[in-house]
Amino acid sequence: MGEVIVITSGKGGVGKTTTSANIGTALASMGEKVVLIDTDIGLRNLDVVLGLENRIVYDLVDVTNGNCRLKQALIRDKRFDNLALLPAAQTKDKTAVNVDQMKILCDQLKEEFDYVIVDCPAGIEQGFKNAIAGADKAIVVTTPEVAAVRDADRIIGLLEAAELRNPKLIINRIRPLMVKKGDMMDINDMIDILAVELIGVVPEDEIIVVSTNRGEPAVLDAHSQAGQAYRNIAKRITGEDVPFINLEVDEGIFGKVKKMFGIKS
Amino acid sequence: MDLFGRIMGREASLSKNIAKERLRLVLVHDRSNISPQLLESLKEDIIKVISNYMDIDRKGTEITLNSDDQSVALVASIPIIKINRVYPQR
Ligand SMILES: Nc1ncnc2c1ncn2[C@@H]1O[C@H](COP(=O)(O)OP(=O)(O)OP(=O)(O)O)[C@@H](O)[C@H]1O
Ligand SMILES: [Mg+2]
Repeated sequence: MGEVIVITSGKGGVGKTTTSANIGTALASMGEKVVLIDTDIGLRNLDVVLGLENRIVYDLVDVTNGNCRLKQALIRDKRFDNLALLPAAQTKDKTAVNVDQMKILCDQLKEEFDYVIVDCPAGIEQGFKNAIAGADKAIVVTTPEVAAVRDADRIIGLLEAAELRNPKLIINRIRPLMVKKGDMMDINDMIDILAVELIGVVPEDEIIVVSTNRGEPAVLDAHSQAGQAYRNIAKRITGEDVPFINLEVDEGIFGKVKKMFGIKS
Repeated sequence: MDLFGRIMGREASLSKNIAKERLRLVLVHDRSNISPQLLESLKEDIIKVISNYMDIDRKGTEITLNSDDQSVALVASIPIIKINRVYPQR
């Protein structure tokens, strides 16, 4: 029996879809059987990030409406045949699916797959409720900005109210140079404020843009820092204890002096 | 906390610290979404304790959350009718 993990954030555009695609691909590359569900009905994205947009015949709403069998709607990934995508419907809206249907769907999928990764839409309305309905675990994505962290806090409250306890946090788009200059909140600040456990830190990385252009997730690029961060997150999901990568830039002499005195910045 | 930075007097003006402080406050507001029932039972408890020391006007007692740009405070307005001369033994 597999597990269902929802990737959510509250605020839009912080990297849920990028995270879903990369974690899914990384888990598949480790040999796990993975299915990704795009629940952003009306704003289908995950297919494009994975480069599978031309293969779509049926979608999530076709499945829940019984227009096709579940198997027919699952799209095999180009690179890993143990990775599948259930795309969102593009012409419907979020009320086309309900919470009970999502629970049934997730239960069916985890019979066959090790991991069911649910890409949640932005917001806290019906789309969010659908996305978390069948989830066993939740990962909250945020960026180092006041609005994103604030929304993450709200989402964590809603997840806990829905009995999804102990969600894990991904901090995306961190820029070590700005953190060092004191112009970006650092990781500890955010963990302190949100009081949740960190599962990964993903740096701002141009390769994310390039890989999205190509439809090839960054985890497939051995040189991408973001890709490495996502590979580590995938390992942590499977229970491996992976140390956090050091994203610090060269500290210079001042930093070394601080270290000598044991002062943590 | 960055001691060296503070000595140089720039700690508070670092934009990350401004962000942190704003976030802290906004979350106090967001999280202070206390239900009327909770506030009511808090009021009952406060009245109980204060009544050990003085006579207060239960009807006129008000407990509210006040927030401004700087902070969120629990404000209690408790009209006193009479203060007992002898305090109960603690
Ligand atoms: N670590 C990163 N480095 C650089 N660009 C990034 C990074 N993470 C995400 N992006 C970019 O940010 C944009 C938004 O990302 P994405 O679509 O994954 O967010 P989302 O949370 O799914 O958005 P929505 O709420 O609209 O569904 C994309 O253009 C993506 O390429
Ligand atoms: Mg998205």
